[in-house]
Amino acid sequence: MSNAGFHNLKVMSRLDLTRRMVVQLKHDEAVIGGIGNTNFDLWEAGQRPQNFYMLGSMGLAIPIALGVAIAQPRRHVVALEGDGSLLMQLGCLTTVAVQAPKNLTMVVWDNGIYQITGSQPTASQATADIVAIARGAGLANSAWAADEDEFERLLARALEGGGPTLIAARIDKQPGIGKTERDPVQIRVNFMRGIAAKK
Amino acid sequence: MTDKNETADNRPWHEIVLATLKANDVRLIVYVPDRVLTELIAALHADDFFTVFAATREEEAVGIVSGAFMAGLRGAVLMQTSGFATLPNVIASLVAPSQIPALLFVSERGTLGEFNLGQALVAKTIRPVLDALAIENHTVTRHDELEFIVDRSIKQAYATQAPVAFILSPLLTGGKVFAS
Repeated sequence: MSNAGFHNLKVMSRLDLTRRMVVQLKHDEAVIGGIGNTNFDLWEAGQRPQNFYMLGSMGLAIPIALGVAIAQPRRHVVALEGDGSLLMQLGCLTTVAVQAPKNLTMVVWDNGIYQITGSQPTASQATADIVAIARGAGLANSAWAADEDEFERLLARALEGGGPTLIAARIDKQPGIGKTERDPVQIRVNFMRGIAAKK
Repeated sequence: MTDKNETADNRPWHEIVLATLKANDVRLIVYVPDRVLTELIAALHADDFFTVFAATREEEAVGIVSGAFMAGLRGAVLMQTSGFATLPNVIASLVAPSQIPALLFVSERGTLGEFNLGQALVAKTIRPVLDALAIENHTVTRHDELEFIVDRSIKQAYATQAPVAFILSPLLTGGKVFAS
């Protein structure tokens, strides 16, 4: 597991990594997409009925994913979150560590900016280390992906379900490509049907 | 359902809440602690029917029960009034527009003998916020009405895909008193 520190990591494409993630999802895994560009690229990577696209409530992708993981312990759940969103709700990492669901993976796209609001710097731009924070919260399986190949390896291992895993990736400043559906009830109902919680 | 003409229900209020949650298959309880809720939280922890744990913040708890509902598990959030004051964003941007029947139990501080001005002012915000968001809410003051209100409102929440807030008054719970 990489422990290289985050200053010298390869800066990758969020859309490319999102597509690489979707390719690995072969068991109807649930995906909770955080607001903004995280969601836009998830949409662009191919709409799946098991995707839930958040429209607000910034910072809650991981808590929502934790709820899904508790309710359906045999389904793997992936939360996609940006650095700014996670920094808003760091406490959730400690909750996940205490509950320790085996079927939860957290992916953090870290570009060091609040990209969608005008690229203001976040604390992770130069000082806060998301992976170190996660480890400090009790999430031992937390690692930076040094490059695309390592991202794929870390994700494959996480999807085996050995315990909650956090994977962080340094990403570039390209805006998201897609635009999500903006009907919250339709998004919820599609998701519930996609994960067999509603007929 | 208790008939009001029958013998009075001698169970403490928290036993009634627990039994009503169980009767409605509400299995996931996420809370941010409150002194008034201590006995309820302890009883929930002691009952294997429930999955019970603390979140670090009330909006985190609402996110968790929202995810659980979408995955087929019913949940409730326990908090005090100051905790509710952190919730307008998640209610307005997740719970209400997505039509998620989140059950919100709020221990009412800030009134009927409050000793902390901060609590007293926060308490003034809860009902205007709930009303502004058109969220069904009930202030429970009477022991003999508790089961009826909670049971019927939980059923309504799931039948109508709408959240509901229960404000548990010191008249019901005894509240928290200043330890002078």
